Amino acid sequence: MTNVANAEPSSRRQDVVAALFQSGSFLTGMTLVLFWVVCALFGGHLVPYDPLTEDILNALGPPSARHWFGTDQLGRDILSRVIVGSRDLLIVAPLATILATAVGTVLGLFIGYFRGVIDDVVSRLIEAKMALPSVIVALLAIVALGTSETTVIIVIGLSFGPVIARTVRSAVLSERELDYVAAAKLRRENAIHIMFVEILPNILPPILVESSVRLGYAIFAVATLSFIGFGLQPPSPDWGLSIATNYSMISGGYWWTVLFDALAIASLVVGVNLTADGLHGALND
Amino acid sequence: MNRFLARRLAYSFVTLFVLSLLVFFLGQILPGNVARAILGPFADQQAVDALNHQLGVDRPLFVQYGTWIWHFVQGDMGQSYIYRTPIADFVVPALSHSLKLAAVAFLVVVPLGIFGGVVAALNVNRPTDRIISLAGLSAAAMPEFVTGILGILVLGVWLGWLPISAAWPDGAGALTQLYHLILPAIPLVLVLFGYIARMARAGMIEALDSDYTRTAVLKGLRWRQVIWRHVLRNALLPTITVVATQTGYLIGGLLVVETLFRYQGIGSLIFNAARAKDFPMLQACVLIIGIAYAVATLLADVFYSLLNPRIRMEESQ
Repeated sequence: MTNVANAEPSSRRQDVVAALFQSGSFLTGMTLVLFWVVCALFGGHLVPYDPLTEDILNALGPPSARHWFGTDQLGRDILSRVIVGSRDLLIVAPLATILATAVGTVLGLFIGYFRGVIDDVVSRLIEAKMALPSVIVALLAIVALGTSETTVIIVIGLSFGPVIARTVRSAVLSERELDYVAAAKLRRENAIHIMFVEILPNILPPILVESSVRLGYAIFAVATLSFIGFGLQPPSPDWGLSIATNYSMISGGYWWTVLFDALAIASLVVGVNLTADGLHGALND
Repeated sequence: MNRFLARRLAYSFVTLFVLSLLVFFLGQILPGNVARAILGPFADQQAVDALNHQLGVDRPLFVQYGTWIWHFVQGDMGQSYIYRTPIADFVVPALSHSLKLAAVAFLVVVPLGIFGGVVAALNVNRPTDRIISLAGLSAAAMPEFVTGILGILVLGVWLGWLPISAAWPDGAGALTQLYHLILPAIPLVLVLFGYIARMARAGMIEALDSDYTRTAVLKGLRWRQVIWRHVLRNALLPTITVVATQTGYLIGGLLVVETLFRYQGIGSLIFNAARAKDFPMLQACVLIIGIAYAVATLLADVFYSLLNPRIRMEESQ
């Protein structure tokens, strides 16, 4: 497939790269995302304190020179926890998105290329699935299957797959009418070859944009599941989980136990969305 | 138009059928013996068998499914495993609570979203447009508990303007209830704003670009009149459908918001049922949500076809 992608005129690719680097939203978004990726990869070496070490004597301390973001109810340093808190989320959400993209691409290629009864049936099923918010479908499945990171990845991946399949399907519908597909059919290429070698490289841009948007929603879903206790599990310093543990103390005035985690999630979400928006702009020009 | 609506109705039933299958069979995965789980490890085997028989879980799957649906249609949602009382007793008051919260959120977000979309469209590709679009996009992907927490901190704790619990005192009047529901509604408003604004914007841009708008301008109507009489009417049609399709997302948000604000609605019912592995309750609630979504979508279709003569014409041909 690489050689097919390379066959694309290189000027087109340079245009896209140039457009990306001129796009304010892409650059801002990418900076935010890369910041959290660096924290996830190297955070363990950057943190001032061990994020899991408890220090009950200094529990619930407000932000100070020693603990910039304060300490939580077990005396753990919140700055350190926020820095490494991106790690599990940035493993689970992207893996779920990759799974969703793989499932959605294959499914979308098949129903878009073959049309007919399968397309009608699968499209109805996709519509039925879309009737429910992903978080609730995921919750139902996780309660049935048991909570673990693998379950969360599979459940979110499978629940986002149909959404991507819809995008892929509509892209395939317009591609399959083009001359190069007719030529491939005349050469008696088999359907698998036409779908994956001829059509797929041409619909990569919409797939890329759709997956980057889905990544934002995967972060949404994983963080939300962690918040309600069905995603990442203690002792992970995950942001959603930390907020769930600490939010009941808000009225007591311990705002620092939730504020920084909330801002961290917000910045990552904004980053992913700006990146997706930049990709969308650059690839659609 | 009738054929259009009949087809839509058929779709809704197919959707609900698939959903009920999904919900039912996910319930079957839950490992273990239901009665044993309820009665505990020391219960007599005969008592376990008797309860399993009473609950009907020893019958073939398709019989169980048929019975479940048949009872559900008649308003009998079964018994909660945990409380051993009819599920409907919980669902009905919870639904009315959730509807109140949802109504507040919708009443705020629909005009706000349309306004945002219209402003963006009138300033298309200028900074105002970009800011509204990007803010809407980011807010839509922001988990409700994040915006909820930030709202509680800023408006509830620091400024002290709004109560941080949605539970109002007993016998509170409508205004007090509303006062308690503003803060919980904010995260829902933020999640929904982006979609509605985007649809309103797209509709506006299309309408502004159309021949009838050009005609209206060329025949000398004032700009304000063109916008109100010609552009808005046509532009807002697609937005109506979008508002209805957002019901599903709204209910997903209710799950989190009701937990965060300790509000006794369908979302917190789902949360508690999930925590307690009370599967009959969980299944009933999820199916109810599916029905609510189907009804909302159908109403939107009816409304849309009534407002849009083109749908009537096309379908009757």
